[in-house]
Amino acid sequence: MAQMQSGAAGKLSLPALLERNVSEFGDKPAYREKEFGIWQCWTWAETAKEIESLALGLINLGVNEGDFIAIIGGNRPYLYWSMVAAQSVGAIPVPLYQDANAEEMAYVLDHCGARFVIAADQEQVDKVIEVQDQLHQFEHLIYLDPRGLRKYDHRTLHEYAHVQEQGRAAHDEWIDELKARRAKLTYDSTCVMLYTSGTTGKPKGVVLSNRNIIESAKNACEFDKLKQTDEILAYLPMAWVGDFIFSIGQAYWSGFCVNCPESPETMMTDLREIGPSYYFAPPRVFETQLTNVMIRMEDAGNFKRKMFHYFMAHAKRVGPNILDGKPVGLMDRLKYALGNVMVYGPLKDTLGFGNVRVGYTAGEAIGPEIFDFYRSLGINLKQLYGQTEATVFITVQPDGEVRADTVGVPAPDVEIRIADNGEIFYRSPGTFVEYYKNPESTADTKDPEGWVATGDAGFFEDETGHLRIIDRAKDVGKMADGGMFAPKFVENKLKFYPDILEAVLFGNGKDRCVAFINIDLSAVGNWAERNNIAYASYQELAGHPKVLASIQEHVAEVNKSVAADPMLSGCQVHRFVVLHKELDADDGEMTRTRKVRRRIVEEKFDDIIAALYDGSSEISTTTEVTYEDGRKGAISATLSIIDATLAPTAQNNRVAAE
Amino acid sequence: MLDQSDSYVTEDGRTIGGVVMEMKNITLRFGGVVAIKDISFDIREGEIRAIIGPNGAGKSSMLNVISGFYVPQEGTVEFHGKPRPQMRPYEVARQGIARTFQNIALFEGMTVLDNVMTGRLNYMKSGLLRQAFWKGQAEREETANREVVEKVIDFLEIQHIRKTPVARLPYGLKKRVELARALAAEPKLLLLDEPMAGMNVEEKEDMSRFILDVNDEFGTTIALIEHDMGVVMDLSDRVVVMDYGKKIGDGTPDEVRNNQDVIDAYLGVAHD
Repeated sequence: MAQMQSGAAGKLSLPALLERNVSEFGDKPAYREKEFGIWQCWTWAETAKEIESLALGLINLGVNEGDFIAIIGGNRPYLYWSMVAAQSVGAIPVPLYQDANAEEMAYVLDHCGARFVIAADQEQVDKVIEVQDQLHQFEHLIYLDPRGLRKYDHRTLHEYAHVQEQGRAAHDEWIDELKARRAKLTYDSTCVMLYTSGTTGKPKGVVLSNRNIIESAKNACEFDKLKQTDEILAYLPMAWVGDFIFSIGQAYWSGFCVNCPESPETMMTDLREIGPSYYFAPPRVFETQLTNVMIRMEDAGNFKRKMFHYFMAHAKRVGPNILDGKPVGLMDRLKYALGNVMVYGPLKDTLGFGNVRVGYTAGEAIGPEIFDFYRSLGINLKQLYGQTEATVFITVQPDGEVRADTVGVPAPDVEIRIADNGEIFYRSPGTFVEYYKNPESTADTKDPEGWVATGDAGFFEDETGHLRIIDRAKDVGKMADGGMFAPKFVENKLKFYPDILEAVLFGNGKDRCVAFINIDLSAVGNWAERNNIAYASYQELAGHPKVLASIQEHVAEVNKSVAADPMLSGCQVHRFVVLHKELDADDGEMTRTRKVRRRIVEEKFDDIIAALYDGSSEISTTTEVTYEDGRKGAISATLSIIDATLAPTAQNNRVAAE
Repeated sequence: MLDQSDSYVTEDGRTIGGVVMEMKNITLRFGGVVAIKDISFDIREGEIRAIIGPNGAGKSSMLNVISGFYVPQEGTVEFHGKPRPQMRPYEVARQGIARTFQNIALFEGMTVLDNVMTGRLNYMKSGLLRQAFWKGQAEREETANREVVEKVIDFLEIQHIRKTPVARLPYGLKKRVELARALAAEPKLLLLDEPMAGMNVEEKEDMSRFILDVNDEFGTTIALIEHDMGVVMDLSDRVVVMDYGKKIGDGTPDEVRNNQDVIDAYLGVAHD
């Protein structure tokens, strides 16, 4: 490590780091991509040549310093190179989400005033051409895959390979210019601009400097001891800050190899073939993989299934402790070693996790049993908490201190402050420069001293110093007795049960909490099938006494765990109702990204909420629904309201005193 | 070799060359049934030529005549300006003609990759023994052929099912694999028998794009039979319309669309 960093002294930009990587490990692999069924490889030295010829080609095309170059496409080495090529010529790369539609793209391209666009293929080129009339500064479009584009008007359209060719041809003409531009880059030059997806309003362009990227990458590499020999699979959107940090920032700092899958559909196969040592995935990916494993085990032969469950039970008991280096008895260790040969090893290999040394998940809450499943196999899966404005890292879990319900301790060089209302503020070398062309939002988010508001509420645990995220700050309220009301905390616990799809907790300003619950039709339907329970509709299944009984059990379990929490014990669910319809974006009850709109749900079902509080045992209600074709209808139902079992509170509300 | 004097460039910039294959007064009988009655038309180099018609019009029989599988009782098939003698299927394949089938004809138990590799059989010269021991020529051949196959797999975007047995694939993908096998033979003339039959709208759109891309990228001449009028009209340069074994129309999609006989055949009129 020390040797690697020595060369980095004074290397204040990614092109400078590239130069160091070429001189220190030029013949080591930098990028791999599977194409035509074979892993193609580029060393650092080859990468530098590719980037240089593209950079020369860009100058040749007329790219000026300070220009914005939008980059649209999937994870391909060529597109990663184009980001660093853009930086070398003093331009600012702006990666865009490739699944954005043409209008969304038009907004971003117009907002940053991109003169150049580098697009992966015909699909992306078509989108840009569709909106190019709205873009006043747009001039040239460079495409990677020429397929289907031969007949297009090539006055402003250039093939990536041709731009590189022209760059090579014009080497002598422009090389001095390129070197001069590279030399001008400082720690404060803009490294990249990333647009946040923006759940509310238009996307904002987050400007990140070389300092932000390189300092964050360096800290994270040291934190997890990443080395030149590590391998990652780059499969998450290039426009997402995480991918930029992992696949560019950390890759350039540590010099490890970035592997690009053949296509999004082959990702799982490619994962297995590469066997990355450093891996990131959102909880959804881990959930899907676990479900697949479980389904396949159900279909497996009797012996294999029994062996699987036997050893998994053992792993669940001792696996996490072995991983954390805690004391475990010799017999348990031997049994675990046997399990490793029989089950865990082959399973990890099948999942592509055979070599994972460090794995991260973030973005949303991960179910504890999903988390524990992977950890018990010996996969060092950890959580981190971050956002684009922080260049990812706010808190991370150190090895040996990993838990499902916290997000870890402040990352190196990050300061964290909790405001009176519980909102988390941070300050770090990764703190973003500004929102591009949006001084008001910048001022709203970042104060003059550099503290950035996350919008999330949380607190530090006294004993461990770990941060726990409770909810979005604007959703956190107070109970009538002054205790904290954090709906998501309870809802997430409920949603971890496979048969609960959605839960909404009410109780802000009230003396007790009540909840709406949506069953998961596929999980409950599957259960009903196996238990010979006949049902004709969602409504009937949702109201089935056996379903209600099992949900009641889940709620009681959740209450027990809520009661054990010193700050949020007032959020136990006193009464709940299983709704007769799924909350739906078409009815305005959810956003398109499946987040519950609390206010709307509260207004729409005010009669049910009233019944939950007034003690009645059932409620007849009629709800308007919108069908997919836009027609309206109504569902009437009589819902039973169920009293939940409450757990005794461990201690008095501490929050009340705060 | 071809007469290029009457070649032209289409609106979308493709060059359509001279006549590759010409059907002259073809009549095909099965016993007393006349499947094809005195039909003449030609296929030009680089074009997409469609044969359409209602059920039982004789479209598939016509395609089988083109492919050399059926030998017509009357008339001649001229290929590259010369009458074509009766040939075995492999001889046809060696002439650069490949096809797909209406009812998918793949090796169900083999993987997609192996299926597509069979499209390269004509390019493999090494003997059984060499192939079995994987030595010298056999190894070089396999590598070279695999390269062609991988390009086709990439082109048709079926990388994710490369190692999947065909039997496990849904219908739409099987159709695509069949197209891949035909393309692996690097044909000059590609015959497609109802490439969109039984597909949903999205699969049809994908398949249409692939057909256009094949024609555009490799300059492959394509003759296709199709039921879906909308698809045919969008894809083809010229269309032959058949009904009850007879040719009732021939021309560009617009000409055919306005042809009264064609309208009658499709909308149905009383036949005497």
